[in-house]
Amino acid sequence: MIELNPMIIFVAAIFTNNMIFSNFLGMCSYIAVSKEISTSLGLGEAVTFVLACTSVINYLIYYYILVPLNLEFLRFIIFIVSIAAFVQLLEMILERYLPNLYYALGIFLPLITVNCAILGVSLFMIIRNYTFLQSFAFSIGAGVGWTLAIVALAGIRQRIKLDSVPVGLRGPGIALITTGLMALAFMGFSGIVQIQ
Amino acid sequence: MKMSKYSPKKIMINGIWDENPVLKQLIGICSTLAVTNNCMNSLIMGLGLTFVTGLSSFTISLIREFTPKHVRMMVQVLIIAVYVIIVDIYLRAFMPELSKALGPYVGLIITNCIIMGRAEAYAQNNPPIPALLDGVANGIGYTLVLLAIAVVRELLAFGSLFGVKLLGDWWTTWTIAIMPPSAFFLLATLIWIAHNIQNKKGEVAK
Repeated sequence: MIELNPMIIFVAAIFTNNMIFSNFLGMCSYIAVSKEISTSLGLGEAVTFVLACTSVINYLIYYYILVPLNLEFLRFIIFIVSIAAFVQLLEMILERYLPNLYYALGIFLPLITVNCAILGVSLFMIIRNYTFLQSFAFSIGAGVGWTLAIVALAGIRQRIKLDSVPVGLRGPGIALITTGLMALAFMGFSGIVQIQ
Repeated sequence: MKMSKYSPKKIMINGIWDENPVLKQLIGICSTLAVTNNCMNSLIMGLGLTFVTGLSSFTISLIREFTPKHVRMMVQVLIIAVYVIIVDIYLRAFMPELSKALGPYVGLIITNCIIMGRAEAYAQNNPPIPALLDGVANGIGYTLVLLAIAVVRELLAFGSLFGVKLLGDWWTTWTIAIMPPSAFFLLATLIWIAHNIQNKKGEVAK
């Protein structure tokens, strides 16, 4: 593995290796929750925060517990359990100490457990052999990139709502085509930095 | 009376076409888009998902009477994860190259909404055998959509199907077809076609 500066990974995760546009992760909530800018921004923030925390937790669990015990094949179960547990814990802490934030993010938190971007980032960092700092930069970049994508789509969808789209394409169909066009635009960034 | 509800044919048609998970319910599209850049990947991914959906629906249905309601999500996730691990280990042992090409997407079967969706919507309230059929039917529906997209993409991008060259050297390859945008466009087109066919049959448009 070539040593990549965490900053490069961070930028690459936002633009050239965007979770949505090049890895297709977290598509379900991306299509479902992108009807309004404010809600999608809320979800994006929640996803970024959970991503940053769970990737750190999963990194530590994987390299300090699973690898020494030769239990790497259990990583799927362990990762999904640690993500679910973390989200549950976060929900309880927020409800107790930061009720305002809890009510702002409340409905999104349970959704996050099944967002494949979260599990995807944890799996990617293992497959690509990132170091601790690199994983952290990657997860934050992935979260920011995801937020950027969903907020941009929400903005476009608010305009599209007023247009006359063919009946069969209304809703998800046109959202997918829009995403395709956005992905084309994002391909223009691919010359800047590249991580595989 | 019971027969009609659990008739295998009806369950199959429901899962494959009428309620196709990808085209109608729009779930599980992450992997639909990611692995369809060539036919072999799509086929293996589809088979893997069919295996996991069928067996996890079966298992969940089998133990549904003994599962406390409030921990059922956790139980379901664990059951699904076990089957996904089996698929992953099998792929790594017997098809190492494919396993590498699919990368994290095999593990991501766990969070594929189709499986959880079937578990919640069907397996939780129905006997094991229909649940197994329902899971398999949905898996097949998913596989067919994957293949439909993959055939177009591989043909345009490489002029081949399943790695076999079909079009000669005169074919100008479309690099764009293996890039992410084409996946979005093709899936949208498929959804459009499916909507139109189903609406013509007199179904109510959403």
